[in-house]
Amino acid sequence: MTATTISAGTTAAIPVREPVRTIPTARLIKVELRKMFNTRSGFWMLISIGVLSVVATGAVIIFAPEDAVTYESFATAIGFPMSVILPMIAILGVTGEWSQRSGLTTFTLVPSRGRVIGAKAIATFLVGIVSMAVAFAVGALGNLAGSALAGVDTVWDISLSTAPQIVLGNLVGMAIGFTLGVVLRNSAAAIVGYFVLSLVLPGILVLLAQVRDWFSDLQPWIDWNYTQVALFEGGTDTAREWAMLGSTTAIWIVLPLVIGLLFLRRSEVK
Amino acid sequence: MITVDSLTRRYAGFTAVDNVSFTAQPGRVTGFLGPNGAGKTTTMRVTVGLTAPTSGSATIDGVRFADLPNPGLEVGVLLDASAQHAGRTGREILSVAADTMGLPRQRVDQMLELVSLTPTEAKRRVRNYSLGMRQRLGIATALLGDPRVLILDEPANGLDPAGIRWMRDLLRGFANQGGTVLLSSHLLHEIEVIADDLVVIGNGKIVASGTKEELLAAAGTLVRSTSPRDLAHALEQAGIPSTLAGDGSVRTDADPARVGVVALAAGIALTELRSAEGAGLEDMFLSLTAETQREGVAA
Repeated sequence: MTATTISAGTTAAIPVREPVRTIPTARLIKVELRKMFNTRSGFWMLISIGVLSVVATGAVIIFAPEDAVTYESFATAIGFPMSVILPMIAILGVTGEWSQRSGLTTFTLVPSRGRVIGAKAIATFLVGIVSMAVAFAVGALGNLAGSALAGVDTVWDISLSTAPQIVLGNLVGMAIGFTLGVVLRNSAAAIVGYFVLSLVLPGILVLLAQVRDWFSDLQPWIDWNYTQVALFEGGTDTAREWAMLGSTTAIWIVLPLVIGLLFLRRSEVK
Repeated sequence: MITVDSLTRRYAGFTAVDNVSFTAQPGRVTGFLGPNGAGKTTTMRVTVGLTAPTSGSATIDGVRFADLPNPGLEVGVLLDASAQHAGRTGREILSVAADTMGLPRQRVDQMLELVSLTPTEAKRRVRNYSLGMRQRLGIATALLGDPRVLILDEPANGLDPAGIRWMRDLLRGFANQGGTVLLSSHLLHEIEVIADDLVVIGNGKIVASGTKEELLAAAGTLVRSTSPRDLAHALEQAGIPSTLAGDGSVRTDADPARVGVVALAAGIALTELRSAEGAGLEDMFLSLTAETQREGVAA
């Protein structure tokens, strides 16, 4: 690395100044998508989605008894690693700006923090949709291959109404991760927070519902995990069940996200 | 032009920046000086919208930084070279910035060349960069959008001597083309060599500002003679307070012309007579910021 003296003219590579226009939102989304996967951790997260989908599919083919070689088995096997990795991608997409301090550059290039977070939300949503599409496709291939190998009929036991619910369930998980990222703005804290909310909290709420009658009616309206599992099982059908989903979404996603955004916009980027 | 107007930033219990006003003019390099924790970085952070001011304002050509439609094309900012995602490669960091600003990718190669980062180095992840390399990458990011204004916090940190020289020439060239440069440093020699204007801050308040010549002239006169005691006495007789330093030099606040006249009248041969500039910025800095120094250096 040798330093060379650069003549004064070198920095003026663009001679004519065009009027500066506001950065279009589509460009911000593209940039945020790129940022999710151009780091080492982001890159391996993406790879692991593909790898784990294939591994899970292979495991079902090898270990599942013949009568369990159905599309649902594959979807469930692939769905589990996805439901863990996708929220992590959502978390790191937000918290990296603070934990890795890249926000110093990001928010000087785009001072409107709301727009940056909005672009991140859309990018996260797109990643979720595409990942789910890949997972369903890998599962379908696995189902075809598995049933052929086992010599049984191919069973397509996930209905067209269930699939969108599974996708939505994963998006809820990602939204929880995203919210934690916005509120905590720290990778480690948000990841721990996610596991507390998804593993520890449901147990406590279930226990509470068992010992306190008044809470057992209330639990489905408060426990986001309960409504998420309902989605994974394709069991959110009635207006009442959708209202429960709306309620848990409002409590765990909408409200904290709004408060988190208010703080985020005013906070110092260190 | 950067205009900072009555800027105040308070934190719970202390005031980091207290009613600070100054301008950084186009075509000039403005050096921002102050001891650690004096408020330099906070002022710069408010200027680029990362920290909200408690009161007052900072504008770039009359516009708040946050209201610039695409700030990267107008203001190049380097606040902390280490504030980058460690898992990204140098090239990737520049590519992301270029994409954000809507610049063509060849601009990335131009900048890498400008800051002398080799293609191999550009492919390495930033966690493996030395501070000097990060600093170069940060300068590349700042210059990427071909801005008219540069705001750089301690840009010489970690650079090797050749790098420091390179940076100095770069900033000089930038200012000579009509660009505005605001750079902070505690490396006084660096600032002394490169800055046209100085803003000195201590404990969040501006303690001095003006052109370098004005400020250094205000540092007084240094005079040497074969008989310093007689000289000091003669000055005292003429009503000019002076101090006799251990190395035999005499310092006074009076201007050199007046000291010369006194010496001539007293018949004292001088061996050296000049404005105290050479001792220079360091003395000025220490005397101006004496009350705010951690070490409590006497002026």
